[in-house]
Amino acid sequence: MYGNHDTETALVPDEGDSERQAEFDALIADDQRIEPRDWMPDAYRRTLIRQVAQHAHSEIIGMQPEGNWITRAPSLRRKAILIAKVQDEGGHGLYLYSACETLGVDREDLLDRLHGGRQKYSSIFNYPALTWADVGAIGWLVDGAAIMNQVALCRCSYGPYARAMIRICKEESFHQRQGFEILHTLAHGTPAQKEMAQDAVNRFWAPALMMFGPPDDASPHSAQSMAWGIKRFSNDELRQRFVDMSVPQAEVLGLSLPDPDLRWNDERGHYDSGELDWDEFARVISGDGPCNAQRMSRRIRAHEDGAWVREAAQAYAAKQAARTLEVAAS
Amino acid sequence: MSPPAVTSALSIAALPATAKYALALGDDALILGQRLGEWIADAPQLEEDLALANISLDLIGQARILLSYAGELEGAGHTEDDLAFWRDDNQFRNVHLVEQPNGDFAVTMARQLVFASYQYELYRALQDSGDEALAALAGKAFKEVSYHREHARTWVVRLGDGTEESHRRMQAGLEAVWPGVPELFEPDEVSLSLPSVAADPAGLEPHWARFVDGVLAEATLTRPTPRWRSRGGRSGLHTEHLGHLLAPMQHLHRSHPGASW
Amino acid sequence: MTQTPQNPAPNPAAGNGSDRRGWPLWEVFVRARRGLAHQHVGSLHAPDAALALQNARDIYTRRSEGVSIWVVPSSAIVASSPQEKDSFFDPALDKAYRHPTFYDIPEGVEHL
Repeated sequence: MYGNHDTETALVPDEGDSERQAEFDALIADDQRIEPRDWMPDAYRRTLIRQVAQHAHSEIIGMQPEGNWITRAPSLRRKAILIAKVQDEGGHGLYLYSACETLGVDREDLLDRLHGGRQKYSSIFNYPALTWADVGAIGWLVDGAAIMNQVALCRCSYGPYARAMIRICKEESFHQRQGFEILHTLAHGTPAQKEMAQDAVNRFWAPALMMFGPPDDASPHSAQSMAWGIKRFSNDELRQRFVDMSVPQAEVLGLSLPDPDLRWNDERGHYDSGELDWDEFARVISGDGPCNAQRMSRRIRAHEDGAWVREAAQAYAAKQAARTLEVAAS
Repeated sequence: MSPPAVTSALSIAALPATAKYALALGDDALILGQRLGEWIADAPQLEEDLALANISLDLIGQARILLSYAGELEGAGHTEDDLAFWRDDNQFRNVHLVEQPNGDFAVTMARQLVFASYQYELYRALQDSGDEALAALAGKAFKEVSYHREHARTWVVRLGDGTEESHRRMQAGLEAVWPGVPELFEPDEVSLSLPSVAADPAGLEPHWARFVDGVLAEATLTRPTPRWRSRGGRSGLHTEHLGHLLAPMQHLHRSHPGASW
Repeated sequence: MTQTPQNPAPNPAAGNGSDRRGWPLWEVFVRARRGLAHQHVGSLHAPDAALALQNARDIYTRRSEGVSIWVVPSSAIVASSPQEKDSFFDPALDKAYRHPTFYDIPEGVEHL
């Protein structure tokens, strides 16, 4: 956490808290960034740990649905792009774990919490990637929605999280484009390809919209997060922006969006869209989605199967250190 | 090979020798790239997912250049994708080593050590090839495989000299891949017919052995002395594993003949 | 690129009293191009310096972001305390005469 490990931990509240709280509040009010060793309210820290960890877990679990197409990509060019993309997701997970660790938790703990079901990841990754077109739909819609969220997070009040987001946004711009390109090629290809593309959009549209989280009036943490400058825009604002952006893009693709209530509202200057199935959202988040069990068991298996490798590397490092000491002593 | 109407059948026997050579090297890279791609999301540590993905990407990049070049030399309009997706297993010219299943991380690292060290010597030699395109590819690929070799060395040493379990697994990994070693250095008709273009496979072995033996010594591992060796990859006779690797790789592409992706 | 650094930092794996079960944490600094200083880009976990460098290369320079990498065990970084920032940094605030804009120069004088 940027120096002086295990000393002066800011986790312990003391009498100076009200003064420190005032300083913290002043920094937030002044739109300044909070940095790792600054004092921060416990609840701020906890909220960030939860959010950043969940974000990191999403990147890591998100490698699976698309990764499942690496061996089957329909051209070598697509295979290379997909590997690079899935690799980026892993990299983004690492940037985010790295940001989260500055809050005083270590990655091993965060992975334990993920594996034990005590921390969640984005519900979108509990839907299956069934066809090649799903890789396109995930890029266009899922990464598109993620980018919309993440651009807003580049101004988050917590410095390391904001910096990770800036890096991630820069890298992710190709993700959405490659997804759009896949769908565009399919939609302008053979009838079977176009059908595949439409089917993928049909399945991913609503889950992608749910990625912005529950409606504002049902979002328990939103107000506090806005006040702290962790969140800059509400769930519904971002969702609306995403809908407005996607409709004309779907037209260019020549694909329809599966929402009979989707239409332009002149008065609001926005598209209206139909109700989302928030019961489904709650169900999938809580474990009853098509792929929850599969995703978790694969993640846990990879982790457990790798234990002997991690231990070996640690044992080797310890031996080397001992050898260096021996040489120095002789 | 019975690709859609857009391309005609490929006859490996009728290819110019340089095309055959490019195809063999390209197939090695493609098949190993495909194998390493299977690791992504399953590596022992997240950092390692990224490392294996990088290596896989480098190999697929090499394969694309080599297969495209083979198609170009053939002159019948076959693209990298025609060659990757429309050949059956007996038309592939890769060595058996690269089609072996990943096994555990030790098997994969053993295969990486053997193969990356081989590619290191191969591309080093090919930089002086009389064929300009191959020399240019070798210049680029040499840098990539230098890193792959170093990555493999790092891991083989740590696993060999790590814990008892990792030592046992690493030695078992070497035993699993070693029968595939002789094929790498066996003089084949194609390379022999291209003295100023191809690297002499047998000539690569001493340098390879010096490096690999050094790594094994550092890793406290023993060079295996297997009772059998693989044969036939360069002439299209493969293990059963290749068919299983190609089935998922080619399925989607072949299901939509003539489609663009 | 994986040679042992000339002055190896204290090896975190040798046991620094921390109860971490995983690989130790390293901070990564990347020089984007010649002429620029190394800049902090993030952290990673690795069992030792050689792997930390390799991992840093794979994680933080996938898009040619660097020409040189430093990795430093996070535990080796000593940082100033935010609680002392007033005494550390505020005394510099009133020394405006350290900055060139403090001085009035007659009009027409060049190269100064």
